[in-house]
Amino acid sequence: MASKLTTSNRAGWGFALPGFGLLALFIVVPFFFAFFLSLTNQRLISPNPTEYVGLENYRDLLSISVLTIEPERDDAGIIIRDANGQPEYPRVRSFTRNNPDFPQYDGMREWFRWHSGDNAKVVVATDVVFWKSLRNTLMFVLVVAPVQGALALGLALLINQRLRGINIYRAIYFMPVVVSIVVVSLLWRFLYAEEGLLNNILQTLSFGMFEGRDWLGDPDTALGAIKAMSIWQAVGFHMVIWLSGLQTISPTLYEASSIEGASKWQTFRYVTWPGLRNTAVLVLIVITMQAFALFAQIDVMTNGGPLDSTTTVVFQAVERGYGKQDISGGSTISVILFLIVLSISLIQRYLTRER
Amino acid sequence: MAQVKLRDIRKSYGKVEVIKGVDIDVDDGEFVVFVGPSGCGKSTLLRMIAGLEDITAGTLEIDGIRMNDLEPSKRGIAMVFQSYAIFPHMTVRENVAFGLTINKAGKAEKAEKVAEAARILQMEHLLDRRPSELSGGQRQRVAIGRAIVRDPKVFLFDEPLSNLDAALRMDMRMEIGKLHQDLGASMIYVTHDQVEAMTLADKIVVLKDGMVMQAGAPMELYHEPDNLFVAGFLGSPSMNFLEVTVDAVNADNVTVHNTALDPIDVPHKGRSFTVGQTATLGIRPQYLHPSDQASGKLHGKVILTERLGSETVIDVSLAEGAKLIAALAEDTILAPGTAAHFEFDPNQAHIFPETR
Repeated sequence: MASKLTTSNRAGWGFALPGFGLLALFIVVPFFFAFFLSLTNQRLISPNPTEYVGLENYRDLLSISVLTIEPERDDAGIIIRDANGQPEYPRVRSFTRNNPDFPQYDGMREWFRWHSGDNAKVVVATDVVFWKSLRNTLMFVLVVAPVQGALALGLALLINQRLRGINIYRAIYFMPVVVSIVVVSLLWRFLYAEEGLLNNILQTLSFGMFEGRDWLGDPDTALGAIKAMSIWQAVGFHMVIWLSGLQTISPTLYEASSIEGASKWQTFRYVTWPGLRNTAVLVLIVITMQAFALFAQIDVMTNGGPLDSTTTVVFQAVERGYGKQDISGGSTISVILFLIVLSISLIQRYLTRER
Repeated sequence: MAQVKLRDIRKSYGKVEVIKGVDIDVDDGEFVVFVGPSGCGKSTLLRMIAGLEDITAGTLEIDGIRMNDLEPSKRGIAMVFQSYAIFPHMTVRENVAFGLTINKAGKAEKAEKVAEAARILQMEHLLDRRPSELSGGQRQRVAIGRAIVRDPKVFLFDEPLSNLDAALRMDMRMEIGKLHQDLGASMIYVTHDQVEAMTLADKIVVLKDGMVMQAGAPMELYHEPDNLFVAGFLGSPSMNFLEVTVDAVNADNVTVHNTALDPIDVPHKGRSFTVGQTATLGIRPQYLHPSDQASGKLHGKVILTERLGSETVIDVSLAEGAKLIAALAEDTILAPGTAAHFEFDPNQAHIFPETR
């Protein structure tokens, strides 16, 4: 079919080629590589030939079940309780290791459990670390996407004013964006250290009441600390996107609403926010994708620890592929992440579509 | 309904003064048009009345109350913008009711006022559409509807028809005129289009460089312009200006001539002249009549004949490179290249002491 794209457009294609070529080489080809490798047992260096294994990698990664364990009873059928009155349960291992009655749980390990009546419900998975990384990543996205988006909008509204020296503030807010995330992570590791700046400030502000803690060394605070730092680091970038959206709104709309007597909030509600619709969709999708790709901060600050409390999907992909030389495992994680991000983006597009 | 009074109004941006002491009165129910070339300050003046621009000095009163420092919403005005300024994400109904929504009016009141405005503007069938589904004229109608719902003392229009095409502009112009008759409210209307000014206004205020050149009824300005600027600004095609020498100053008139103009007595209307000075004679193209060489006062050569149907516009070159335009009755044909002679009634001519 002869179209403008194909006929006598050699120069156009010539100009597009370097870009297309690089995109293909570093994004399209690796993606298909990852997909095919995820169906094999390829290792980084291995004397054994690569074999096609079908969906086995996916099965290993995604297998998850809920195991109901009844408490141990004595011969009379009475529940055996420990010193605190809690029922005692048989060890999970007894179900998941060489138990011919439960072949479906073979090789699985406990992720977490809860109690329903006297029974214990135990979530077991073949690859608990992967599930933890998935949970951490989702928690990260759920907090970072709305908070970072809202903070960025707030900053954009603040600096979208005609004030003397406003460009200085724009530069200050944007500065963390241009600093390498690795450098930022290193610096914040010092801030979060036990003898670090954050603890010192909190101690001073609380007149010594605050004892200080190892923010990155505590499973309860490590992920939160990384969330805070990540929000701070990229908020300037999204602020600039919001700002460009704000500046596309016609000033006469603001004048019209001021003549009608709209308050600041009403102006935002009826003029600014509707005018930012498309920008909001963009910011939301970009933040979500970036948050799913969380890696550098983890690699520099915690290596996924303590107790896997900060491990993430991308970190696991890299850790598997190169750390453990399990290329097929890493590829499988990448493909799963791709599918998750794709479906979330499609859902977001659908929910925010033009009606 | 209200009177608007501007006294020595000034506006400066830093050291640059753009409005240089303006006095204007708008009477109850009067339609006043600010007209002038771009950059004359007419829009700035309107925005100062609206409260969108600060007033540097002077007093603005609406209904006898000083308005200088009040919020736009407290001044009892409504404004219609050139770019319509209707909210793209709201339906026509929501747009028209916007002010009521802001002020948390009840549902019944909203419905009633919107219906009333829609009836006046004949746009009941548009109420549930979105602005993107409307033509330019319909959008402007929505903006006017939003103004009507406010029930203002003064309507302000900032070049409301400039974004419309020529045919639509005429329709909307008539509609605004009719709206003024129906509502009887005071209206201030800014335009650079003299046809809008002439047709709509009870009073025209001609502005130039931040100063009022002349204010008065349209026909007064047309027939009795105070100065060269007003004389040249109103009327189409615009008035011919001839540089002439004053030969004699008489009680009621001055005798003037130039190389293309035979000596003629023109009423000076109280303006003072001295013998020998250079002055400017103004005569509208419509008041020139072709004649023979003997009785003609103006002599030149036809360059171009443009037949517009209702009238024929003749470009004439006079001696010393001066040009003249004559608008003649439709059946008059003068061939390009031939000599042309015109006569005119001196009472329809104007003489100004200044030169351009």
